[in-house]
Amino acid sequence: MSANPLEVKNVTMRFGGLKALSEFTLTMAAGELVGMIGPNGAGKTTAFNAITGVYAPSEGDVLVAGERVNGLKPHQICAKGVARTFQNIRLFKQLSALDNVRVACHARCSAGFVDALYQTAHHAEEEARILARAEEYLAVMGLGHRRDELSRNLPYGEQRRLEIARALATGPNVLCLDEPAAGMNTAEKVELMQLIRSIRDRFGIAILVIEHDMKLVMGVSERLIVLDHGVTIAKGKPEEIRKDPKVIEAYLGDAYLEEKHMALPAGGEAK
Amino acid sequence: MRAWPVVKSFLPFVIGFPVFWALEQVVPSAWNLVAVTVFVNIVLAVSLNVVNGFTGQFSLGHAGFMAVGAYTSAKITLALSDVQLGFLPVFWSDQLVFALALLAAMTTAAVAGLLVGMPSLRLRGDYLAIVTLGFGEIIRSIIENSKPLGQATGLSGLPHRTNLVWVGLCALATVVMARRLATSSQGRALFAIREDEVAAEAMGVDTTGYKVRAFVISAAYAGLAGALVSHAIMLCTPRMFTFVRSIEVVVLIVLGGLGSITGSVISAVVLTVGLEALREFQSFRMVSYALLLIVLMLTRPQGLFGTHELWDLKILKRLGRPAAAKEAK
Repeated sequence: MSANPLEVKNVTMRFGGLKALSEFTLTMAAGELVGMIGPNGAGKTTAFNAITGVYAPSEGDVLVAGERVNGLKPHQICAKGVARTFQNIRLFKQLSALDNVRVACHARCSAGFVDALYQTAHHAEEEARILARAEEYLAVMGLGHRRDELSRNLPYGEQRRLEIARALATGPNVLCLDEPAAGMNTAEKVELMQLIRSIRDRFGIAILVIEHDMKLVMGVSERLIVLDHGVTIAKGKPEEIRKDPKVIEAYLGDAYLEEKHMALPAGGEAK
Repeated sequence: MRAWPVVKSFLPFVIGFPVFWALEQVVPSAWNLVAVTVFVNIVLAVSLNVVNGFTGQFSLGHAGFMAVGAYTSAKITLALSDVQLGFLPVFWSDQLVFALALLAAMTTAAVAGLLVGMPSLRLRGDYLAIVTLGFGEIIRSIIENSKPLGQATGLSGLPHRTNLVWVGLCALATVVMARRLATSSQGRALFAIREDEVAAEAMGVDTTGYKVRAFVISAAYAGLAGALVSHAIMLCTPRMFTFVRSIEVVVLIVLGGLGSITGSVISAVVLTVGLEALREFQSFRMVSYALLLIVLMLTRPQGLFGTHELWDLKILKRLGRPAAAKEAK
């Protein structure tokens, strides 16, 4: 059996005295869609940053396809097959939609500076391949018609989708989406989640999604992981999470309970 | 068919050579040095644009790399001034020596770029500017205190080798380099670094590595420019490579538009010729530079061309497309 595309073992992140993430453990199989939820400041993005190499974990291991990647730089981890999007969109604003995606193809390009300067045949082949690939990913995300538009001129929802297209173009086995539906209306969110599912089915990659909209994340993901104050307070199927008293207390709050006409957890008092 | 890319690769120079040769014959000798300066400024502006415009790193050390190139080439041409390669006539032997000196100038400047770039490109923005500025000053004071390099008087009596053919081809080489870089995967990686370093890194771009590479390429061409200048005025002194020289190049690319090759070329031509025309008011040179910059920053902060290029114009693209289609058949 081949190794799981992503395995996170007891990762702890410390910033001075602050433990932003403690003993975070997560295993993702190929083709799995996992949701990560938790209140603001729970450590979700910190977990992402630890996985993608923005931070080196203080303790614990991150394994990509069975290989330990602690302390590698983000671009090296990206080359090993982990791609991400950002909570606050980080597109290359002055570049066209096409070029945004083409940059991401770059990691899988074997032509170098010398090829570019002398315009070798190898360079031309690689450029043609990158172009075809980038156009394919734009089409997958429904952005084919925006090809030559500067990415900063795209509407918000399309910017979000372009970020996903760009992440996909790096050829990942694991895709980490940091609040891909933030700022979207309900219809757009539903559409996006269907899109994420179809990406998973089409490319067979594991997807980890941070999302605040409970209805959405519970509808789309097979498994959920709940963080609060850096601690993993629950893991499991959406139905189980929904009933978990700890989760309800920490995250969903009493408003949710009232809406759903559910009982307060034992001992839990409305604030 | 396999050989076509190689031919195409050198096509600009095959076309450029007779053009520059004709230029050399046509331009009156009074304007020869101005024309040389124009081309040298194109080399400087376009190469600095690779770092400051494409990659978004603010370097102020271009004059330092020029100095490295200038002194390297000067030492070589001085040492080999009496040498004549037996199998070649004098003229061609001299040209060969000069070509060698130019290559050496590029190489040493590139090495200097690597040495400066590796530690300092971890810094950002102002800090990089300060480090590169410091580097330029260090180079200058090393030269001023080094006996073999002629100290403050510099090296004189260099052979006159730089003509319009040499500078023209070098300027063309710089533009071709920048253009090919800009349209390649590597160039896009540089743009990505300029736009968002964190995102570029996350998308698999080795940001430090690419910044160093851009810096090395840029330094090599600055060295080339230094070698060309010193063999045009047959002199090589530390005062030619002061901080002010770096600023002049920065002004050129900011005026033209950071990231635009066309902008760099046009502002190099216009400013050089313009300053020559205003020679009587030479003492106002820096004042006019500063004024020009202030006016431009107030009215058009992105520079004359922004990041646009001549070859991105829709009309030119439409013209280019049928040709490309024919080529494919």
